[in-house]
Amino acid sequence: MSNSKILANSVDVYYGSKQALFGISMDIKEKEVTALIGPSGCGKSTFLRCINRMNDLIEICKVSGSIKVDNQEIISDKTDVVSLRSKIGMVFQKPNPFPKSIFDNVAYGPTIHGLVDSKNDLEEIVHSSLKKAGLFDEVKDRLNEPGTSLSGGQQQRLCIARAIAVNPEIILMDEPCSALDPIATAIIEELIDELRLNYTIIIVTHSMQQAARVSQKTCFFHLGELIETGETNKIFTNPDNTKTQDYITGRFG
Amino acid sequence: MFFWSLVLIAVGIFSSFIYGRSRIKLNSKKQGTKSKSLPNYYAQYVLMWCLFPALIVYFSWAIFQEQIIQNIVISNFEYIEGAVYNEGLLLAEIRNVANNPSFADGKSIEIINAASHYSSLRQISQISFYTSIIIIMLLGALYASQKLKPEFHAQHTIEKYIQYILIFCSSVAIFTTIGIVFSLIFESLRFFAEVSIFEFLFSTEWYPFIPIREGQTAAEGSFGAVPIFAGTFLVMVVAMCVAAPLGLLTAIYLAEYASQRVRKIVKPLLEILAGIPTIVYGFFAFVSVAPFVKAFGQSIGIDASPTSALAAGMVMGVMIIPFISSLSDDVINSVPQSLREASLGIGANKAETIKKVILPAALPGIVGAFLLAISRAIGETMIVVVAAGTAPNLTGNPFENVTTVTVQIVVALIGDQEFDNPRTLSAFALGLVLFVITLFLNIIALQIVKRYRERYE
Repeated sequence: MSNSKILANSVDVYYGSKQALFGISMDIKEKEVTALIGPSGCGKSTFLRCINRMNDLIEICKVSGSIKVDNQEIISDKTDVVSLRSKIGMVFQKPNPFPKSIFDNVAYGPTIHGLVDSKNDLEEIVHSSLKKAGLFDEVKDRLNEPGTSLSGGQQQRLCIARAIAVNPEIILMDEPCSALDPIATAIIEELIDELRLNYTIIIVTHSMQQAARVSQKTCFFHLGELIETGETNKIFTNPDNTKTQDYITGRFG
Repeated sequence: MFFWSLVLIAVGIFSSFIYGRSRIKLNSKKQGTKSKSLPNYYAQYVLMWCLFPALIVYFSWAIFQEQIIQNIVISNFEYIEGAVYNEGLLLAEIRNVANNPSFADGKSIEIINAASHYSSLRQISQISFYTSIIIIMLLGALYASQKLKPEFHAQHTIEKYIQYILIFCSSVAIFTTIGIVFSLIFESLRFFAEVSIFEFLFSTEWYPFIPIREGQTAAEGSFGAVPIFAGTFLVMVVAMCVAAPLGLLTAIYLAEYASQRVRKIVKPLLEILAGIPTIVYGFFAFVSVAPFVKAFGQSIGIDASPTSALAAGMVMGVMIIPFISSLSDDVINSVPQSLREASLGIGANKAETIKKVILPAALPGIVGAFLLAISRAIGETMIVVVAAGTAPNLTGNPFENVTTVTVQIVVALIGDQEFDNPRTLSAFALGLVLFVITLFLNIIALQIVKRYRERYE
């Protein structure tokens, strides 16, 4: 229990009167990659968005139950959502750089959180974040060009750089490669593997090969319920539940 | 006369439709083949060939008949040597006598003759009108019926005709605009023939008086429009000072903070503001706001006049709030949700997200909304007529009386005026300036909005 980073306990989510998640409990370890898989509409993205309270943006969404991050309850009115989100970065399905320069995209987080005192420090953070996201060499000569001018894969790495610039401990990735071609996907997957050394990563994915390649733990969701969770190796070779078996062998979903 | 001709046309198109339908069925039965299009399309084809030529005849008669008859009557009129005639009065007299024989008492024999000439011409015109409509409809139907063969693609032709009709409808508005522009330009040219364009654009004295008697020198007019432009600008600035912050903040509240329910109620309510007739704003400005402004001015030691740029501008500002708030709300809403999530996901709070991400992304659209509001403000008339006064003061003090372009146009055209002196003609020159300014503002605004749209769609 000591190194569990996120501890979810019977989380229910309702969209209006429709229940989307049913009593999800989960234990996510530090500095591991956890993959959430399952057919469309099974609630995996909804669960991911509970962890950084992104569901607050949806007026009709109600979350109950308990999620603890570093033993701090976050499903509570008293939670400081802003500092929670600065601790938990997020990468979205579609690359969504701001319509600003590459530099300003990465500098955005450190600036609003007051992490830097001088221009040099800011430059330092921007450069190192871009390096960690494996993008620096490709863009170092054009940091003043708009972020939207990059290719899709580069944009997604820019978004990763933007997320890690505020020095988070956890990174949530919501199908980060679904809008990318196979080469860009491979680059991102490699990057995830490197980031694992420093960050706890939770990734929602539709691609089972991707889950198998990048994750250590896998959780299988179906119709709002968590069916099975365990070591990725085990889930993909010898799952306990027949539904999981059916899904990964392609019999449904 | 024209009512019965409409009935005639209606009967014509109805029977042509029936005729076309039965004729194509008959023809395709005779040939033993199926027609290329449905029978209704052939019927419509005949109908169109029947209707449109008839309409052309109808409208040309409606437009030209009276003119032609009058010309003939006048040219045949037996003028009496030495008498002076006013053609317009003469015609009115002839028409009166023709329409109402009891007016004939005491009129000269020439007029009575002309009136009977006029009546007979009208009768001839009427008969030939009905005949030509019937003939043209028959000719149209005849031409169309030759085409009623099963191998003729009636549907394609109908589609083409419909396209022409649509093009015609959309060009009506465009040609009207062009017509308006030309009438403005021609009348303005008459004005500039009497007043130099440099005086108009750069001189600061606006006294649009004209001598009433010949040789009266005391009341020479001067037409320097600078105070008017300045007044317009001053009122516009006051209006924007009110409307820009209120409208933009309203838009931000509606788009980012208000719940769906509040938004659904507040947005239509705001748009009602835009539907209030401007004269109502005008007397609100005059009755409620202007005295308040005067009292306020006195309390801080400024001598405010009973009507002022400030009163008119403030009320106008309220009037254009919905333009800014509604348009800005739309552009803020069309900033993709993903940008909001990106910013909030990094841990920015709502205010930072709005300031640093959403407003910069929506800025071009917001500027476009402002420009449209400005062009609305400088074209607005009734509020300023009532509440800003008519004195052409060249001043930057909003507590004073000013006048605007639209007000001066109203003043120039009010009352019994002939369009032959610079005072009335100045209205057209001012209108032209107003038109050019708002046209440019609108073009710029639309360009900005368009460029912004291209970025996200």
